[in-house]
Amino acid sequence: MTQDGYVDGNALAGPLGEIFTAEVTQAGGRCLHCGLTLALAAVRVYDRAPGLVGRCPGCEEVLLRLVRTPDAAWLDLSGLSALRVALPAD
Amino acid sequence: MARAALSGRLTWRTATLVDSRWETGTARTLVLRVPGWPGHLAGQHVDVRLTAEDGYTARRSYSVAAPANGELVELTVQRVDDGEVSPYLTDVLPVDARIELRGPVGGWFVWRPANPRPVLLVAGGSGIVPLMAMVRARGQAGDRTPFRLIYSVRTPEQVYYAQELREARRAGLDVALVYTRTAAEGTRRPPGRITADDLARDGWPAEFQPDCYVCGPTGFVEVVADLLTGLGHDPASIRTERFGPTGG
Amino acid sequence: MGIVSPGFAGRRRTDDRLPPGQFRTEDFPVLSAGPTPRVPLEQWRFTITSELGREYAWTWPELLALPSDSATVDLHCVTGWSKLGTGWQGVSLDVLFEEVETAAEYAMVHSYGGYTTNLPLQDLLDGQSWIAYRFDGDDLAPEHGGPARLLVPHLYLWKSAKWVRGITLMDQDEPGFWEAAGYHIYGDPWLEQRYQGD
Repeated sequence: MTQDGYVDGNALAGPLGEIFTAEVTQAGGRCLHCGLTLALAAVRVYDRAPGLVGRCPGCEEVLLRLVRTPDAAWLDLSGLSALRVALPAD
Repeated sequence: MARAALSGRLTWRTATLVDSRWETGTARTLVLRVPGWPGHLAGQHVDVRLTAEDGYTARRSYSVAAPANGELVELTVQRVDDGEVSPYLTDVLPVDARIELRGPVGGWFVWRPANPRPVLLVAGGSGIVPLMAMVRARGQAGDRTPFRLIYSVRTPEQVYYAQELREARRAGLDVALVYTRTAAEGTRRPPGRITADDLARDGWPAEFQPDCYVCGPTGFVEVVADLLTGLGHDPASIRTERFGPTGG
Repeated sequence: MGIVSPGFAGRRRTDDRLPPGQFRTEDFPVLSAGPTPRVPLEQWRFTITSELGREYAWTWPELLALPSDSATVDLHCVTGWSKLGTGWQGVSLDVLFEEVETAAEYAMVHSYGGYTTNLPLQDLLDGQSWIAYRFDGDDLAPEHGGPARLLVPHLYLWKSAKWVRGITLMDQDEPGFWEAAGYHIYGDPWLEQRYQGD
């Protein structure tokens, strides 16, 4: 599972599940650096760090950062365009 | 330019205490002679290093209290109870003794006489020090820029440079004292923390587009900066210097 | 030694080598925010850029030709582990800054691969930091930041940027990679400044 230090985006499911109620690993977005469209499950997650870092599988630029402190989670999604999260139809 | 003149902002220089005076019962101005001092701008600060006989060192930063004057650098140090460095500088350091100084440091919180904008200075406690350097720089240059100073202190006994500020008032500098705990006799404003009304009454209207310099403890600076933007001042014209808990 | 000020005694820290909340480790965990950069030595540069844009640069041979120190220091990672008594060789930032003309207060450290971290300039000086290229008697391995990393042991280890490529001087402080994502802007392990608001 680990090649050159990263794991796949399913590693985000647990941590992001604390913040979002919807299933976000299937959410889609676009890398703002190279334009690649991808699901969060395809993000390269570096999880041996003071936080989680998600990088683009196309250009390696940082898409997201997630830091968990004792009383908060800090989520930076600034490397990604808007995320589309599928939700059950009404 | 000679190499010696170019180098050295980051070198520790020997500074000898040549004179001192008490501004209040607990704040002392140190006049230091620093051979080779490259000069400085009002608002900048210096790093001070003390070394004990066994080699132990402690470092603190202090704002410069007066404009450039050859080899002389003036600092005003407030004694912090239980501090490691400030009680030494206020109570122990004798004339002719040496400390080390490095700098000047700071490129942003500065005022130059050539600046055409009116100036609003807002000081909280010992935050008056770099702002006084600006007031003195203006005086030294014979500059006529409109300056207003709002100086927040707990009690009248804690006012630094009291005599000089009274004289400066007579010479056309607007100075408003805001007492937070005990007001001076005959003061109309009752004691209390600085408010938007104080800044509106004793400061410049936002339409004048003044450059604002705010200095003091972190909490004070943040409150005042918010009040100023609330009064319409452009955040880009508000420069702040916070005295954080870096130790005494 | 600096000029001794008569009558100054100072206050010493108690002799406890572990900061609060840390545990001691004998191995050397590898943490990284991205892939290990591979920089050919003939392309490697270290650049200090002043607040006025003036650049001071060193090639790899130039760095190695500078006077270097052997330093034994304790490392404290914000994730909780501390490694005591580690041996390094590197060039003190005091040596690199000898030539630099600046009045700036803050530094942003940049790494190959895009990582950044910020700290006050005075925390880089006075024997407090090195550009380190040897660890434990060997060339610094890539997974630990080789060919060269910043080493500033009095702050949490995320400030000791691996694969360092330069320092930009700034008049105002700005947060780097982790500081912008919830970590403390300064990071003193002895005051347990791990996260913003600590």
